[in-house]
Amino acid sequence: MNFATTTTRTRPSLLATNEVIRHTYTLLSMTLLFSAAMAALSVWLRLPPMVYLLSTVGALLLIWLVLPRTANSAKGLGVVFAITGLLGLGLGPILSTYLALPNGPKIVATAFGGTGVIFLGLSGYALATRRDFSFLGGFLFTGLLVVLVAALANIFLSIPALSLTISAVVILIMSGFILFDTSRLINGGETNYVLATVSLYLSIFNIFIHLLSLLGIMGSDD
Amino acid sequence: MATWMKIGWALLLGVMVAALLPRLREVMTHTPRGGRGDWAATLLPLAAVVAFVAFLLWLV
Repeated sequence: MNFATTTTRTRPSLLATNEVIRHTYTLLSMTLLFSAAMAALSVWLRLPPMVYLLSTVGALLLIWLVLPRTANSAKGLGVVFAITGLLGLGLGPILSTYLALPNGPKIVATAFGGTGVIFLGLSGYALATRRDFSFLGGFLFTGLLVVLVAALANIFLSIPALSLTISAVVILIMSGFILFDTSRLINGGETNYVLATVSLYLSIFNIFIHLLSLLGIMGSDD
Repeated sequence: MATWMKIGWALLLGVMVAALLPRLREVMTHTPRGGRGDWAATLLPLAAVVAFVAFLLWLV
Protein backbone atom coordinates (compact mmCIF):
# COMPACT_ATOMS: atom_id res chain seq x y z
CA MET A 1 0.00 0.00 0.00
CA ASN A 2 1.35 3.37 -0.99
CA PHE A 3 1.02 5.93 1.80
CA ALA A 4 2.71 8.70 -0.13
CA THR A 5 -0.49 10.51 -1.06
CA THR A 6 -0.42 13.87 -2.74
CA THR A 7 -2.13 16.49 -0.60
CA THR A 8 -1.73 19.45 -2.95
CA ARG A 9 -2.91 19.78 -6.50
CA THR A 10 -0.26 19.92 -9.20
CA ARG A 11 0.35 23.15 -11.10
CA PRO A 12 -1.00 21.82 -14.45
CA SER A 13 -4.18 20.80 -12.61
CA LEU A 14 -4.59 24.30 -11.15
CA LEU A 15 -3.92 25.91 -14.53
CA ALA A 16 -6.50 23.63 -16.16
CA THR A 17 -9.07 24.50 -13.49
CA ASN A 18 -8.45 28.23 -13.90
CA GLU A 19 -8.84 27.85 -17.65
CA VAL A 20 -12.21 26.09 -17.23
CA ILE A 21 -13.36 28.85 -14.87
CA ARG A 22 -12.26 31.54 -17.31
CA HIS A 23 -13.95 29.87 -20.30
CA THR A 24 -17.13 29.30 -18.28
CA TYR A 25 -17.54 32.92 -17.23
CA THR A 26 -16.66 34.18 -20.71
CA LEU A 27 -19.24 31.92 -22.33
CA LEU A 28 -21.77 32.76 -19.60
CA SER A 29 -21.35 36.49 -20.27
CA MET A 30 -21.84 35.98 -23.99
CA THR A 31 -24.90 33.78 -23.56
CA LEU A 32 -26.49 36.20 -21.08
CA LEU A 33 -26.04 39.05 -23.55
CA PHE A 34 -27.45 36.94 -26.37
CA SER A 35 -30.39 35.87 -24.22
CA ALA A 36 -31.10 39.50 -23.30
CA ALA A 37 -31.03 40.48 -26.96
CA MET A 38 -33.48 37.71 -27.82
CA ALA A 39 -35.73 38.83 -24.95
CA ALA A 40 -35.67 42.40 -26.27
CA LEU A 41 -36.52 41.14 -29.76
CA SER A 42 -39.38 39.08 -28.32
CA VAL A 43 -40.78 42.12 -26.46
CA TRP A 44 -40.51 44.25 -29.60
CA LEU A 45 -42.28 41.60 -31.70
CA ARG A 46 -44.98 41.25 -28.97
CA LEU A 47 -44.86 37.47 -29.11
CA PRO A 48 -47.81 35.65 -27.48
CA PRO A 49 -47.60 33.94 -24.04
CA MET A 50 -47.50 30.45 -25.52
CA VAL A 51 -44.00 31.23 -26.85
CA TYR A 52 -42.71 30.90 -23.26
CA LEU A 53 -44.09 27.36 -22.98
CA LEU A 54 -42.85 26.33 -26.43
CA SER A 55 -39.40 27.84 -25.93
CA THR A 56 -39.04 26.15 -22.53
CA VAL A 57 -39.97 22.78 -24.06
CA GLY A 58 -37.48 23.36 -26.89
CA ALA A 59 -34.70 24.37 -24.49
CA LEU A 60 -35.31 21.36 -22.22
CA LEU A 61 -35.25 18.99 -25.20
CA LEU A 62 -31.90 20.48 -26.26
CA ILE A 63 -30.54 20.17 -22.70
CA TRP A 64 -31.62 16.57 -22.24
CA LEU A 65 -31.17 15.10 -25.72
CA VAL A 66 -28.61 17.19 -27.65
CA LEU A 67 -26.29 18.83 -25.13
CA PRO A 68 -24.92 15.60 -23.58
CA ARG A 69 -23.80 14.44 -27.05
CA THR A 70 -22.26 17.73 -28.16
CA ALA A 71 -20.81 19.16 -24.94
CA ASN A 72 -17.32 17.88 -25.78
CA SER A 73 -17.24 19.30 -29.30
CA ALA A 74 -17.48 22.72 -30.94
CA LYS A 75 -21.14 22.02 -31.72
CA GLY A 76 -21.75 22.33 -27.97
CA LEU A 77 -21.22 26.08 -28.23
CA GLY A 78 -23.96 26.34 -30.84
CA VAL A 79 -26.27 24.27 -28.66
CA VAL A 80 -25.61 26.52 -25.65
CA PHE A 81 -26.50 29.62 -27.65
CA ALA A 82 -29.60 27.83 -28.99
CA ILE A 83 -30.71 26.98 -25.42
CA THR A 84 -30.10 30.47 -24.05
CA GLY A 85 -31.58 32.08 -27.14
CA LEU A 86 -34.77 30.05 -26.83
CA LEU A 87 -35.14 30.85 -23.14
CA GLY A 88 -34.49 34.53 -23.85
CA LEU A 89 -37.13 34.49 -26.58
CA GLY A 90 -39.61 32.94 -24.15
CA LEU A 91 -38.88 35.66 -21.64
CA GLY A 92 -40.37 38.29 -23.96
CA PRO A 93 -44.08 37.67 -23.23
CA ILE A 94 -43.36 37.62 -19.48
CA LEU A 95 -41.47 40.91 -19.65
CA SER A 96 -44.24 42.44 -21.77
CA THR A 97 -46.78 41.50 -19.08
CA TYR A 98 -44.74 43.09 -16.29
CA LEU A 99 -43.80 46.16 -18.35
CA ALA A 100 -47.52 46.84 -18.85
CA LEU A 101 -48.00 47.21 -15.05
CA PRO A 102 -48.06 50.77 -13.56
CA ASN A 103 -44.56 50.44 -12.05
CA GLY A 104 -43.56 47.68 -14.44
CA PRO A 105 -40.23 49.10 -15.70
CA LYS A 106 -39.10 49.58 -12.07
CA ILE A 107 -40.03 45.99 -11.22
CA VAL A 108 -38.19 44.58 -14.24
CA ALA A 109 -35.12 46.74 -13.61
CA THR A 110 -35.07 45.79 -9.91
CA ALA A 111 -35.36 42.09 -10.74
CA PHE A 112 -32.59 42.42 -13.33
CA GLY A 113 -30.24 44.25 -10.99
CA GLY A 114 -31.14 42.04 -8.04
CA THR A 115 -30.39 38.87 -10.01
CA GLY A 116 -27.02 40.27 -11.02
CA VAL A 117 -26.12 41.17 -7.44
CA ILE A 118 -27.21 37.76 -6.12
CA PHE A 119 -25.21 35.89 -8.78
CA LEU A 120 -22.06 38.00 -8.45
CA GLY A 121 -22.23 37.91 -4.65
CA LEU A 122 -22.65 34.15 -4.42
CA SER A 123 -20.05 33.43 -7.11
CA GLY A 124 -17.60 35.79 -5.48
CA TYR A 125 -18.20 34.10 -2.12
CA ALA A 126 -17.64 30.61 -3.57
CA LEU A 127 -14.52 31.72 -5.49
CA ALA A 128 -13.05 33.60 -2.54
CA THR A 129 -13.65 30.93 0.13
CA ARG A 130 -12.91 28.02 -2.27
CA ARG A 131 -15.14 25.88 -0.03
CA ASP A 132 -16.41 22.52 -1.22
CA PHE A 133 -20.20 22.80 -1.45
CA SER A 134 -20.67 19.35 -3.00
CA PHE A 135 -22.50 18.22 0.17
CA LEU A 136 -25.42 20.41 -0.95
CA GLY A 137 -26.16 18.20 -3.97
CA GLY A 138 -28.72 15.89 -2.38
CA PHE A 139 -30.46 18.65 -0.46
CA LEU A 140 -30.79 20.89 -3.54
CA PHE A 141 -31.93 18.04 -5.77
CA THR A 142 -34.64 17.03 -3.30
CA GLY A 143 -35.73 20.64 -2.86
CA LEU A 144 -35.96 21.08 -6.61
CA LEU A 145 -38.21 18.03 -6.94
CA VAL A 146 -40.48 19.22 -4.11
CA VAL A 147 -40.78 22.65 -5.74
CA LEU A 148 -41.59 21.14 -9.13
CA VAL A 149 -44.38 19.06 -7.57
CA ALA A 150 -45.72 22.09 -5.69
CA ALA A 151 -45.62 24.18 -8.87
CA LEU A 152 -47.44 21.42 -10.74
CA ALA A 153 -50.17 21.35 -8.09
CA ASN A 154 -50.46 25.13 -8.01
CA ILE A 155 -51.16 25.31 -11.74
CA PHE A 156 -54.64 23.99 -10.90
CA LEU A 157 -55.00 25.18 -7.29
CA SER A 158 -53.97 28.79 -8.14
CA ILE A 159 -53.20 29.74 -4.51
CA PRO A 160 -51.34 33.12 -4.48
CA ALA A 161 -49.61 32.39 -1.14
CA LEU A 162 -48.31 29.08 -2.52
CA SER A 163 -47.10 30.85 -5.64
CA LEU A 164 -45.18 33.35 -3.47
CA THR A 165 -43.70 30.54 -1.40
CA ILE A 166 -42.65 28.61 -4.49
CA SER A 167 -40.90 31.68 -5.92
CA ALA A 168 -39.09 32.34 -2.64
CA VAL A 169 -37.96 28.72 -2.33
CA VAL A 170 -36.82 28.58 -5.97
CA ILE A 171 -34.65 31.66 -5.43
CA LEU A 172 -33.02 29.97 -2.41
CA ILE A 173 -32.53 26.65 -4.22
CA MET A 174 -31.03 28.35 -7.28
CA SER A 175 -28.76 30.37 -5.00
CA GLY A 176 -27.62 27.07 -3.51
CA PHE A 177 -27.02 25.72 -7.01
CA ILE A 178 -24.81 28.70 -7.82
CA LEU A 179 -22.66 27.85 -4.79
CA PHE A 180 -22.71 24.15 -5.71
CA ASP A 181 -21.83 24.63 -9.39
CA THR A 182 -19.15 27.24 -8.73
CA SER A 183 -17.60 25.00 -6.09
CA ARG A 184 -17.54 22.11 -8.59
CA LEU A 185 -15.69 24.33 -11.06
CA ILE A 186 -13.11 25.35 -8.46
CA ASN A 187 -12.52 21.88 -7.05
CA GLY A 188 -12.31 20.12 -10.42
CA GLY A 189 -15.67 18.32 -10.18
CA GLU A 190 -16.77 19.93 -13.44
CA THR A 191 -14.22 20.19 -16.25
CA ASN A 192 -16.58 20.90 -19.14
CA TYR A 193 -17.17 24.64 -19.41
CA VAL A 194 -20.15 24.16 -21.77
CA LEU A 195 -22.07 22.14 -19.18
CA ALA A 196 -20.96 24.48 -16.40
CA THR A 197 -22.23 27.49 -18.37
CA VAL A 198 -25.66 25.91 -18.93
CA SER A 199 -25.97 25.04 -15.22
CA LEU A 200 -25.10 28.56 -14.10
CA TYR A 201 -27.30 30.14 -16.78
CA LEU A 202 -30.32 28.11 -15.67
CA SER A 203 -29.77 29.20 -12.06
CA ILE A 204 -29.58 32.86 -13.09
CA PHE A 205 -32.61 32.53 -15.38
CA ASN A 206 -34.74 30.93 -12.66
CA ILE A 207 -33.71 33.49 -10.05
CA PHE A 208 -34.68 36.31 -12.45
CA ILE A 209 -38.07 34.77 -13.33
CA HIS A 210 -39.02 34.13 -9.72
CA LEU A 211 -37.66 37.41 -8.41
CA LEU A 212 -39.79 39.10 -11.08
CA SER A 213 -42.78 37.10 -9.84
CA LEU A 214 -42.16 38.06 -6.18
CA LEU A 215 -41.64 41.73 -6.99
CA GLY A 216 -44.64 41.74 -9.32
CA ILE A 217 -46.97 40.31 -6.68
CA MET A 218 -45.65 42.33 -3.74
CA GLY A 219 -45.10 45.50 -5.73
CA SER A 220 -48.59 45.71 -7.19
CA ASP A 221 -51.11 48.10 -5.71
CA ASP A 222 -53.91 45.47 -5.63
CA MET B 1 -53.93 31.31 -18.18
CA ALA B 2 -55.82 29.39 -20.86
CA THR B 3 -56.75 25.80 -20.00
CA TRP B 4 -54.62 24.29 -22.73
CA MET B 5 -51.60 26.23 -21.49
CA LYS B 6 -52.23 24.97 -17.95
CA ILE B 7 -52.31 21.43 -19.30
CA GLY B 8 -49.15 22.09 -21.30
CA TRP B 9 -47.27 23.41 -18.25
CA ALA B 10 -48.57 20.55 -16.11
CA LEU B 11 -47.33 18.03 -18.68
CA LEU B 12 -43.94 19.73 -18.87
CA LEU B 13 -43.52 19.83 -15.08
CA GLY B 14 -44.73 16.23 -14.85
CA VAL B 15 -42.14 15.11 -17.40
CA MET B 16 -39.42 17.00 -15.50
CA VAL B 17 -40.38 15.30 -12.22
CA ALA B 18 -40.53 11.89 -13.93
CA ALA B 19 -37.10 12.46 -15.52
CA LEU B 20 -35.43 13.65 -12.29
CA LEU B 21 -37.02 11.21 -9.80
CA PRO B 22 -34.96 8.12 -10.84
CA ARG B 23 -31.76 10.13 -10.32
CA LEU B 24 -32.72 11.08 -6.76
CA ARG B 25 -31.46 7.87 -5.12
CA GLU B 26 -28.19 8.03 -7.07
CA VAL B 27 -27.62 11.66 -6.05
CA MET B 28 -28.45 10.98 -2.38
CA THR B 29 -26.07 7.98 -2.33
CA HIS B 30 -23.12 9.81 -3.84
CA THR B 31 -23.49 13.15 -2.09
CA PRO B 32 -20.90 13.58 0.68
CA ARG B 33 -22.09 14.63 4.14
CA GLY B 34 -21.40 18.17 5.24
CA GLY B 35 -20.02 19.15 8.62
CA ARG B 36 -21.38 21.84 10.93
CA GLY B 37 -18.90 24.34 9.53
CA ASP B 38 -19.97 23.55 5.97
CA TRP B 39 -23.62 24.25 6.75
CA ALA B 40 -22.75 27.46 8.56
CA ALA B 41 -20.71 28.57 5.55
CA THR B 42 -23.74 27.85 3.34
CA LEU B 43 -26.43 29.43 5.51
CA LEU B 44 -24.54 32.71 5.77
CA PRO B 45 -24.72 33.66 2.07
CA LEU B 46 -28.26 32.29 1.78
CA ALA B 47 -29.33 34.45 4.72
CA ALA B 48 -27.75 37.38 2.90
CA VAL B 49 -29.82 36.50 -0.19
CA VAL B 50 -33.00 36.44 1.92
CA ALA B 51 -32.16 39.84 3.43
CA PHE B 52 -31.32 41.28 0.01
CA VAL B 53 -34.58 40.03 -1.54
CA ALA B 54 -36.51 41.52 1.43
CA PHE B 55 -34.73 44.81 0.74
CA LEU B 56 -35.72 44.65 -2.95
CA LEU B 57 -39.34 43.97 -1.97
CA TRP B 58 -39.24 47.02 0.29
CA LEU B 59 -37.81 49.08 -2.60
CA VAL B 60 -40.74 48.38 -4.89
